[in-house]
Amino acid sequence: MSVVLARPVMTHPVKLKQHWVDRLAHALIALIALVLVAFLASPLLAILLQALQGHEGQFVWFDNFVDYAKTPALLGSLWNSLWVSCVVTGVAVPLAFTFAYALTRSCMPLKALFRGITLIPLLAPSLLSAISLIYWFGNQGLLKGWLQSLGFEQIYGAPGIVLAECLAVFPHTLMILVTGLSMSDARLYEAADAMGTSTLRKFFTITLPGAKYGLISAALVTFTLVMTDFGIPKVIGGNFNVLATDVFKLVIGQQDFAKGAVVAILLLTPAVLTFGVDHFVNRRQTAMLTARAIPYVPKPSPLYDRCMMLYCCIIAGLMLAMLGMALFASFATFWPYNLTPSWRHYQMGLLDAEVGSAFMNSLTMAAGTALFGTVLVFVGAYLLEKTKGAEKLHTLVRLLAVLPMAVPGLVLGLGYIFFFNAPANPLNFLYHSLTLLTLCTIVHFYTTGHLTAVTALKALDGEFEAVSASLKVPFFKTFWRVTLPVCAPALIDMARYFFINAMTTISAVVFLYSPETKVASIAILNLDEAGEMGAAAAMAVLIALSSTVATLLFMGLAWWTNRSTQAWRG
Amino acid sequence: MSPIPFLDLHHIRKDFGSFTALQDINLAIHKGEFVCFLGPSGCGKTTLLRIIAGLEVQTSGQLLQANRDISLLPPASRDYGIVFQSYALFPNLSVADNVAYGLVNRRTSRAEITSRVAELLKLVGLPGSDAKFPGQLSGGQQQRIALARALATSPGLLLLDEPLSALDALERIRLRQEIRTLQQKLGVTTIMVTHDQEEALSVADRIVVMNHGVIEQVGTPMEIYREPASPFVADFVGKVNIVAARVVAGALLFGSMQLPCDGPDREVRVYLRPEDVLARPIAAGDAHVFEAIIEKIEFLGSYCHVHVASPALDDNKLIVYLSLNFLSEQSLHLGSSITLKLLPERIKVF
Repeated sequence: MSVVLARPVMTHPVKLKQHWVDRLAHALIALIALVLVAFLASPLLAILLQALQGHEGQFVWFDNFVDYAKTPALLGSLWNSLWVSCVVTGVAVPLAFTFAYALTRSCMPLKALFRGITLIPLLAPSLLSAISLIYWFGNQGLLKGWLQSLGFEQIYGAPGIVLAECLAVFPHTLMILVTGLSMSDARLYEAADAMGTSTLRKFFTITLPGAKYGLISAALVTFTLVMTDFGIPKVIGGNFNVLATDVFKLVIGQQDFAKGAVVAILLLTPAVLTFGVDHFVNRRQTAMLTARAIPYVPKPSPLYDRCMMLYCCIIAGLMLAMLGMALFASFATFWPYNLTPSWRHYQMGLLDAEVGSAFMNSLTMAAGTALFGTVLVFVGAYLLEKTKGAEKLHTLVRLLAVLPMAVPGLVLGLGYIFFFNAPANPLNFLYHSLTLLTLCTIVHFYTTGHLTAVTALKALDGEFEAVSASLKVPFFKTFWRVTLPVCAPALIDMARYFFINAMTTISAVVFLYSPETKVASIAILNLDEAGEMGAAAAMAVLIALSSTVATLLFMGLAWWTNRSTQAWRG
Repeated sequence: MSPIPFLDLHHIRKDFGSFTALQDINLAIHKGEFVCFLGPSGCGKTTLLRIIAGLEVQTSGQLLQANRDISLLPPASRDYGIVFQSYALFPNLSVADNVAYGLVNRRTSRAEITSRVAELLKLVGLPGSDAKFPGQLSGGQQQRIALARALATSPGLLLLDEPLSALDALERIRLRQEIRTLQQKLGVTTIMVTHDQEEALSVADRIVVMNHGVIEQVGTPMEIYREPASPFVADFVGKVNIVAARVVAGALLFGSMQLPCDGPDREVRVYLRPEDVLARPIAAGDAHVFEAIIEKIEFLGSYCHVHVASPALDDNKLIVYLSLNFLSEQSLHLGSSITLKLLPERIKVF
């Protein structure tokens, strides 16, 4: 007699039939996943592979890393990068914290003006501050004597890098700290006052702990920005080598791709660490503040307010001095001998050095980045947030969308060389093209745009899509009629962010241009290398000017859309 | 009621990972019925509604609507209108555009749409508000617009997911009666999810009481209230006094009281609604009468919750409802003695 064993009942997960509209959503998100894999994941993998390969393409484990460690000059750069980044973090964070404190916790006047002035460094490539410093303190600088009386022999090298980076990272650091300090609960201060707590004690027991996560985040971001910046050390670094300039020399100068990849991975490490810690910290920060917290409103205190204002005047003065000097020098006929204003450098830069075409390239790339970047990022974020099904694709896109935050531009650009320059790659035809520069810039700044879009989308009622489906209206119609108009302000924000960053970025594109597709920020670098400091300053001023004009135009656009699409906000 | 149910749920089960939100739900809803899913939060009532809408996918089980198997159909292929607690009105579209949202897609002519919108707005009591934006309306008005939008395409089934929870108390009472009147007028089969028992009792044809992912009882509001099928239903719907008692030799013993009761000897709990303990009329010689002492009076306006204790009940405490007038007529206050009578036919034993 045979025993028939009951087969275990297999339960298949029930799946609804797919409406053609759902299939469309899945196809679109697959497309976005494909773009991110091709233009983000693959280049990064290419770096990893390159770092583990020998000259003949054989797998060599960590030999390249060992080689690197055996090269004293390169190890020196690592050390230089580390200590310079630490010093800048140590200086910039306290300075920005005090500034943020003045903005959020005092009653000084003209806060908006001060805030606006600190945003100036964002309008131009970071190297503008380096160029300006050379005019102030360089060999023929206006205040060279001051520097020497302080005991520094020259501005080129570490002192210049530290100073210029402090100015360049200030807006980034400040932004994080202002957010951190704005999240305060007035009730805590009222409770402390009721118990007769001293101002100092309140600061150390309420303010600092409250801003703790903001401070950690600001310090990490500052450190990473300095560590991975290329423009400033290139312009003012002199013989002082750092990791970022090493990568360039190794890859472009010596064609030593393996070592270049090793350095890229070294640069990637702090960025990834920062990203991880920041992610963790952000979660804590939002959990800390309950929805019922009452925002802190500072009370007037004449002496303290005046002190804070004086401090802000000094910092704002430094920012203006930075921009002002570049502006002044760009018009000076022959620094330092003939300071009469002329258009000579602009003429020289735009016509003789053909920066004019580079400038057009920059504008084309920035416009492309703003347009296609905004569309790609917003559609991606919408599909992630508002459509269901295809869970694995969703997870992949979600991950790839936040990854660029952890990838310095220099590393991304390097990955693009390794990946797109490979003759076997069918996308090889893109190499050196403006299209690739644009795509690279979109990917480079993807995360900030993505987060803006997600925040805007999360503010919408989560049931719009369910209601639409019940009314048999396909999601793309609701996207067009409701989601897009409601999110218009966020879209304009994203476009502006993409545009400005595309105008000023250097780090990623420095590896990817050809003479025909050179962009303005790179042209500045080349002018500086050629010793044409005046023309370099002029071009930097032009970029700052076009960024400003673009910002104003975007503000106008925002105002116009607000009037025409946001009437319902009433 | 037609013999074939309009909506038929067979063995619906839903797991979220290792958590079972619904187990083996079987339910038949007839055409034109107003059914409420009632239960505490987390009982699975909203999940069940979302499965009916196709917004969640059941782990196993079958759904039939109008003799059609809809188990695997995506939301867009099912036939229902839905109203959410959050209204989910499109903020940038005018009231008229919101109501017409589902009509535009059906190639209806402009004139037809306009007249249908006007008709619907009149139906929900907001004629002439076409040009306004949702943000300019009160919560109750917004919910009426959401209702009009859901009804615009004349769906066979109307799903209401806690539609009144975000409104203030007065508006809630007014709107629930309006929804009921509208539903009866249109004859549309309606399912409303709610955690508010009063809401369910006042509007539903039938109530489905749910707890921990299972259906505890299905019945008319009166059945649910008067004949609760389980201790959970008795406790969840309405207020109830719970008193420990014993059944010995066919008699229910609690305190000094004795009532006939079937079944073997056992420990039981007696469920007794406050309104089933009377203070009047009590005639001399009535059975089940006992003396009690007033321990606490909770003043609620026209009537009071009076907490009493009695040696006749083994010092078990009871809550009874007494009118304010009665209390003052009899000049009853804390510590007063009061004569009360039980209605034995109303007592539930579990």
